[in-house]
Amino acid sequence: MSGGVDSSTVAALLRREGHAIVGMTMQLWNQRRLPELAVEGATGRCCSIDDVYDARWVANQLGIPYYVVNFEDRFEQQVVRPFVDEYLAGRTPIPCTLCNNFVKFDQFLEMAEGVGARRVATGHYARIAYDEATSRWQLLRAADAAKDQTYFLWGLTQDQLARTLFPLGHMRKPDVRSLARELDVPVAEKSDSQEICFVPNGDYAAFLDAYLREQGEAAPTTEGELVTTGGRVLAHHSGVHHFTVGQRKGLGIAAGEPLYVIATDPATQRVTVGSNADLLRGSFHVKDVNWISIAQPDAPVRAEVRIRNKHTPAPATVGALAGNRAEVQFDEPQRAVTPGQAAVFYSGEQVLGGGWIE
Amino acid sequence: MTRFYFDHNATTPIAPAVREAVVHALDEAWANPSSIHQDGQRARRMLEEARARIASLLGCAPKEVVLTSGGTEADNLAILGVVRADPRPSRHVVTTAVEHPAVLEACAQLEREGVALTYLQPDRQGRIDADIFRRQLRPTTVLASVMHANNETGAVQDVAALAAIAREAGVLFHSDGVQAAGKLPVSLASTAISLYSISAHKLNAPKGCGALFVRQGVTLAPMLHGGRQERSRRAGTESVTLAIALGAAAQLDRPDLTTLRDRLEQGILARVADAHANAAAAPRLPNTTNIRFDGISAEALVIALDLRGFAVSTGAACSSGSVEPSHVLLAMGLSPEQARSSIRFSLGLGNTAEQVDQLIEAVAESVARLRKLSPTYSEVTP
Repeated sequence: MSGGVDSSTVAALLRREGHAIVGMTMQLWNQRRLPELAVEGATGRCCSIDDVYDARWVANQLGIPYYVVNFEDRFEQQVVRPFVDEYLAGRTPIPCTLCNNFVKFDQFLEMAEGVGARRVATGHYARIAYDEATSRWQLLRAADAAKDQTYFLWGLTQDQLARTLFPLGHMRKPDVRSLARELDVPVAEKSDSQEICFVPNGDYAAFLDAYLREQGEAAPTTEGELVTTGGRVLAHHSGVHHFTVGQRKGLGIAAGEPLYVIATDPATQRVTVGSNADLLRGSFHVKDVNWISIAQPDAPVRAEVRIRNKHTPAPATVGALAGNRAEVQFDEPQRAVTPGQAAVFYSGEQVLGGGWIE
Repeated sequence: MTRFYFDHNATTPIAPAVREAVVHALDEAWANPSSIHQDGQRARRMLEEARARIASLLGCAPKEVVLTSGGTEADNLAILGVVRADPRPSRHVVTTAVEHPAVLEACAQLEREGVALTYLQPDRQGRIDADIFRRQLRPTTVLASVMHANNETGAVQDVAALAAIAREAGVLFHSDGVQAAGKLPVSLASTAISLYSISAHKLNAPKGCGALFVRQGVTLAPMLHGGRQERSRRAGTESVTLAIALGAAAQLDRPDLTTLRDRLEQGILARVADAHANAAAAPRLPNTTNIRFDGISAEALVIALDLRGFAVSTGAACSSGSVEPSHVLLAMGLSPEQARSSIRFSLGLGNTAEQVDQLIEAVAESVARLRKLSPTYSEVTP
């Protein structure tokens, strides 16, 4: 229970259905850290005392036992540190997926089972179904396409899916709010959280700098050259971690045609820019592949592949490779295939699987 | 579900005799004890009777008892009050790393005001060494503050001996007696202790009341201003009702809980492999045991036991209500991992041998379940 409308409504719904439920909030990040990032009136910061207050209020209204559990260590090791390292390595990480894989559906599931719970229900927008024919749990897109979170859930294993409930997966967000009002959920009107929970105002570079300073680590000097695809130096930049593939704004150069970041290379500290056409790629490899609705296929399969959260999945052929890797071949080249982001393979409603873009 | 309460160091249920005293006080002692009229005089008389009972629990004179809003205020008044009343430009305070936050945070406030602080580290059993204590006293030392008994481990310090050392050095000595009062015999008059804090709600009385023993002759700068109550040391109309509750609690007959605590501790250690009692070699409060379960998240065990009807606790709750590793156990030299595997059981009025046996069973089952799921635990034989 985050204190938000989604997880609160899940609790109210399950309570109405008569389940014996226990509320839990994960304390993931200590808000007293990195005080220089504190912004007056900033919203959407995870684990704030206000959010815990709201979650406890909802639990009290429902009359269910409620606990705050401290996973700060795990969150730092499995989410924040990799997030920082990925950025410094010139990739654009997705902490939410790491959090799902290694905290919410790992340590949290274990905690839930340890205290006697049979299932964990969350407010995620996705659906889970069991396929008798293949004896596999399937992950399906949410009914509300705009809220669908399967892009962040591709890492869930069969065992994790078997113990998880997503009661909102078949609902649309406006209906969730209506239901929240109908069930007298106290936070029914609370606004949705945005952005990455531990990064205030979405300012990754400021977070990185503050975090490294707190850790007593020198922020690596990653100043370097901004070059064209042809190798011509256009300008100097203040650090590769300020750039992400596909970025257009903030390049600090004026040019006749719009320029985009094509690649960042922390080894040479070069940021390569080029035209929109230079951003297009037809194929790429993914690692740490997890197959969900189907077992790892022997032959290449047809799929629609999504390469970032807001990307419209594009037709492709996905072939499994040795060592949990796969090759994705788009029918039509796609813009801004970004290392560090996930590629998720869909077949209609089903999530076939996914992996990290190399 | 029947619930069994094993968290008496956090707070205690109200004793029937205390409840009766409160109800009586609400009817009879509602007037302002500072008033001239007879209604006020009745309230004053009942207030002073309560003060005498509190003094008798502490073994001191009634006029040495200053009523406060609780243990935190008593600790703050003692520490801030003594140091701020000392006009010297250079001042030093000695305390320990295992104090309650009410003491530690008051000391941190003094540091912000320019006072020098020394935090003594305990040994592995949570004990403060008298020689180390003596060596840390300086000519500029104003005050030493060492708790009588620790809230998390129950470890008892020889505060009488430490206070005698402080007196020799011309240093005032405060002790946080919130956990010790009512559980250990206290006789302040025969010691060199200058200040001693207690709290009503640890003694089967309601929250909102405490007391500070201030030895005659000790000067305190008050924290509250606006009245001459409590001999000008604590302004504000006295909470007569709560003082009466504390007075009644001070007179309660309290059973010796050592046997019951030992039954619990030995029962758990016998039933559960790789479990260890923290601070067990130190003199301890008779009601407290702090047990470490290898490979277990104490947080999960507390929740599992709560859902089975047993109230126990771990570490110190942070602002959100989640658990941080205990600063007390860390100071004793336990690793963060070990501190996160430790549970406090604290007994009190109402606990029975039958409850203890059921708790042992519940702990054994819950630990077994959690260890089965733990990715880090595999049985180790020493």
